[in-house]
Amino acid sequence: MSTQIPKQTENAEETASETETEAPSKGDERRAEKRRRADERRRQREAEEAERAAADENTVELRVFRYDPDVEGKQEPRFDTFHVPFTKGMTVLDALMYARDTYDSSLTFRHSCRQAVCGSDAMFVNGGQKLACKTQIDELEEPIRVEPLPHAEVTKDLVVDMEHFYDQMEAVEPYFQTNEYPDGELEEQRQTRENREKVKMSTRCIWCAACMSSCNIAAGDNEYLGPAAINKAYRFAMDEREGEDLKQKRLEIIEQEHGVWRCQTQFSCTEVCPKDIPLTEHIQELKREAVKNNLKFW
Amino acid sequence: MYEHDVVVVGAGGAGLRAAIAAQEEGADVAIVSKLHPVRSHTGAAEGGINAALRDADSWEDHAYDTMKGSDYLGDAPAVEALCKESPEEVIQLEHWGMPFSREEDGRVSQRPFGGLSFPRTTYAGAETGHQMLHTMYEQVVKRGITVYDEWHVMDLVVTNEEDPADRSCHGVVAYDIQRGEVDGFRANGGVILATGGMGQVFDHTTNAVANTGDGVAMAYRAGVPMEDMEFIQFHPTTLPSTGVLISEGVRGEGGILYNEKGERFMFEHGYANNDGELASRDVVSRAELTEVNEGRGIEDEYVHLDMRHLGEERILDRLENILHLAEDFEGADGLTEPMPVKPGQHYAMGGIETNEHGETVIEGLYAAGECACASVHGANRLGGNALPELIVFGKRAGHHAAGKEMGEAEIPTGRTGDWEPAEYEFEVDVGAVGDRGPAAADGGAVAADAEGLLEAEIERARERVEDLLARKGRNHAEIRSAVQETMTANVNVFREEEGLKESLADLREAREAYAEVAVSDPSRTFNTDLIHTMETRNILDIAEALAMGALARREFRGAHWRKERQERDDENWLKHTLVSWNDGEPELWYKPAILEGEAKTYEPKVRSY
Repeated sequence: MSTQIPKQTENAEETASETETEAPSKGDERRAEKRRRADERRRQREAEEAERAAADENTVELRVFRYDPDVEGKQEPRFDTFHVPFTKGMTVLDALMYARDTYDSSLTFRHSCRQAVCGSDAMFVNGGQKLACKTQIDELEEPIRVEPLPHAEVTKDLVVDMEHFYDQMEAVEPYFQTNEYPDGELEEQRQTRENREKVKMSTRCIWCAACMSSCNIAAGDNEYLGPAAINKAYRFAMDEREGEDLKQKRLEIIEQEHGVWRCQTQFSCTEVCPKDIPLTEHIQELKREAVKNNLKFW
Repeated sequence: MYEHDVVVVGAGGAGLRAAIAAQEEGADVAIVSKLHPVRSHTGAAEGGINAALRDADSWEDHAYDTMKGSDYLGDAPAVEALCKESPEEVIQLEHWGMPFSREEDGRVSQRPFGGLSFPRTTYAGAETGHQMLHTMYEQVVKRGITVYDEWHVMDLVVTNEEDPADRSCHGVVAYDIQRGEVDGFRANGGVILATGGMGQVFDHTTNAVANTGDGVAMAYRAGVPMEDMEFIQFHPTTLPSTGVLISEGVRGEGGILYNEKGERFMFEHGYANNDGELASRDVVSRAELTEVNEGRGIEDEYVHLDMRHLGEERILDRLENILHLAEDFEGADGLTEPMPVKPGQHYAMGGIETNEHGETVIEGLYAAGECACASVHGANRLGGNALPELIVFGKRAGHHAAGKEMGEAEIPTGRTGDWEPAEYEFEVDVGAVGDRGPAAADGGAVAADAEGLLEAEIERARERVEDLLARKGRNHAEIRSAVQETMTANVNVFREEEGLKESLADLREAREAYAEVAVSDPSRTFNTDLIHTMETRNILDIAEALAMGALARREFRGAHWRKERQERDDENWLKHTLVSWNDGEPELWYKPAILEGEAKTYEPKVRSY
C-alpha cells in the first residue's frame, strides 16, 4: 500500500481516557451503543448496496480507503465499496458526496469550491494524483479506487495532514518584496506583458499538494522544498518588479541543500499538476539561473 | 482558551484584509477559519475589481453607477466609501505583487463590465479572485499573523442584555476540526465576521460547499439583525450542470447571448436596447429565464454564450480560465462552440447589518465582505463591486477593531431613528422550534465578566457537540436538501406570493425535522458529519429570514421580482428590510435607505440599460 498510516498515537489514547474519567460509565455505554449502531448501519448499507447493484446496471463501483484512529473498527485501514448511480458529467467528487450523503455520513474528505480552484480535494484515484472535482467518472476504469494522497500522513479516510506541505510553501519567503515603489500617489509598478506572461503559469498554483505527493525525491527527503514551494519561489524570482537584489536572495533560498539541486527531472509533478503548471521546467530554469548567477560572482 | 486583541472569523478576501489592517494598527490579531485560507471562496472570483484609477474616470461616476445598479437601495455613505477607497486599495494589492493583466505601457488593465459607465474593472485574467486571495495570504504569512485553520466557529460570545444595542461581544467559541475539541477565543478589541456567502441555501449556486452563511446566522442569533436578505443575485452565466461561474468578463470582452433561434435576444426582444448583454446582472438573468419560459430556450433550460468571434489570441490572453472551466465542467470548447449558460445563485446583497465602519449594533462585533450589509449593493450588486468591497470594508473593520479613530458613522445600526415595524402577518410559525433545546440554543449566556462568559459559552458549546454526537435522529443531509429544493423552486429569480408562502411552510417542516437531527459519525477526528450538521442550522436560519423578507416586500426592485407588483414602489418600499431573531421569535422591521451622499443626493430614476 502506498499510503502511510500513522501509529495510533498516545495522545489519542490520553484524550480517550480523559473523557472516561469525566463520565466513566456513561461514556462507555454511549460508545458501545454508537458502535452497535454503526455496525447495524453498516450491515444495512451493505445489504442495500448489494440490492441496488443487482437491480441497477448503471452504477459505478467505488472502492474507498477508510481509516479513523478514533473509531473502533476503522483503526485498521480498509476499503469500503460504494455503488453510486451514474449521471452524465459525474465527477469523482460528485460520487463521493453521493456516497456520503446517501450511505455513510462518516465518509470524510476535504472539498469546497467544486471547480478546481480551492485545491482541497487532491486524492489518489486509480493510482494517480487527481483533483476529485475535475476528474470525470466515465474516464476511469472500474472499480474506481480512491485513496488519500500518498507520502502524507493520513488523518482520516481521504484527509491527509497538510502541515508539512504548508511549512515547505512558507519556507521560501512566499511574498512579494521590493526596495522601490513608484513615487506618485496611486501609481502602480510597471510590468511588461511579457514578464506577466512569464510568471503567469506559476501564479496558478492552488496548493493542492498533488505534485509533492507524486515526487519521489520529496518522499525520500523530508526537507526537500518540493515542486510547489520551488514554483512559488520561481513566481517571485522571475517577477521583474522585485528587482535584481531580491532575485539574488531568491536564488540563495532555492539553492540551499534541500532546494532545486535535489530535483532529478522525473516530471512526475508536471504530469499530475491539475493546473498544468510546467513545474519541472520552472525548477530547471531556476537551476540555470543559479548557475549563471554563480558564474557572475566567480 | 486563546486570547487576542482582534479575532477575525473567516480567511477570504475580507478576513485577510481585516487581519492585515488590524495588525498595521498594532493589534495582536488572529484569524480563525473552518478552511485553510487559500481554500476560501474569494479564490473563485473571476471578473475583476472596479476602481476609478484613470484620469478620465472618477469615484463619483463609480458611485453613481453603483447607486443606480443598487436600484436606489444602497446607502450613499457606504457606496461613496467603496468608490473613493477602491483605487488606493487596488494599487496596494499591486504593490503587494498581485499579478494583474497589463497594458502595453505596463499599467494594469481594465475592462468594461455590466452597468458601468467607464471600463474600470481591473483584472488578472479571469482568475482575479484567486490572485487576490493568494496575494493577501502571502502578506499574512509575511507578517506572521496567527491563523487557526480548520477551526469551525460555532457561536459568538455576547452578553445577554435585553436590548441588542446594550450587548457586547467578547470572543467566539470554536470546534477544532482536526482534534475534535471545543475551545474559546477571547477578543479584547473586537470580533470581525468575514465568513462570506450563503449560497448553500440554494441548490444551483456558484458558491462553494463551505458557503453556509455561518457568520450571518451567528450574528443573527446573538441579536444583530439580518438586512435585505431577500436580495439575492442570480448570475446570468453559470454552467447548467454544476453552477460553475462563467465570468461576466466574457460579455465584458464582447461575448454574445443567443436563444435557441439564434436571436441576440437582449436586443431583439428589447430587454436592454442600449447595453444588451452588458445590462445589469438582474436584467440579464430575468431575460434568459423569460426566453426559456417562452419556449426559446435550448433544451428548455439554458441559452448560449458565444465568444468565438473574439478570437483565440484574445481569449487566451484575457479569458483562458473560462476555457478550462467550460471544458472541465460542461465538456464545451469555448473556442469552437457556444457555451451553455443559465442563471444561478451567486451572491447575497444582504447580510449582517453594519455601518460604513463595519460596526454592528453589538459593541465589539464587526462584519465585512459578503456576509455584511453596509449597504453597498442595495437591491442588486454590479459585477466587479464585490472584490473592492472585501478590501475596502475589510480594512475599515480591521482598523476600527484595532482602535483607530475613524469618526462618527453616518449609517445608523439597530432600531434607532426612523425605523418602523412590519405590518405583515405570517401564516405559518417562524423561529425557534419547541422548547429550544440544545440543538437550537441561541447566544447570550449569563455571567459576571468576559472570562466567565467565555467559560460558560465554551461549556454550552461542548454540551451541544456531545448532545449531537450522543442522540439518535435524522441525518442533516436530507434536511439541507429539502431547504435547497424549496428555496430554488419558490424563492428564485421570479417570485410569487403562493410560492413564497409554500417555502415558509416547507422551512417550518425542515426546522421541525432539524429539532431531531443527530450526527452518526462518532469520531473526534475530522468529523465533517458534525460540521455539516451545525452548518445546516445556519442555512435554516438564513433561508427563513430570506423568505420572510421576500414575502413581505410586494414590489419589484433590483434582484427581487414579484409577480403581484412588477414595478418599483418608491413611495412604500424605499427602505431596508431587517429581521431580528429576538431570542427565537423573528421580527420583521424596516429602516429608510440613505440616498444623501457627500457628492450628491442620488434621486431614484427609472433604471434602464
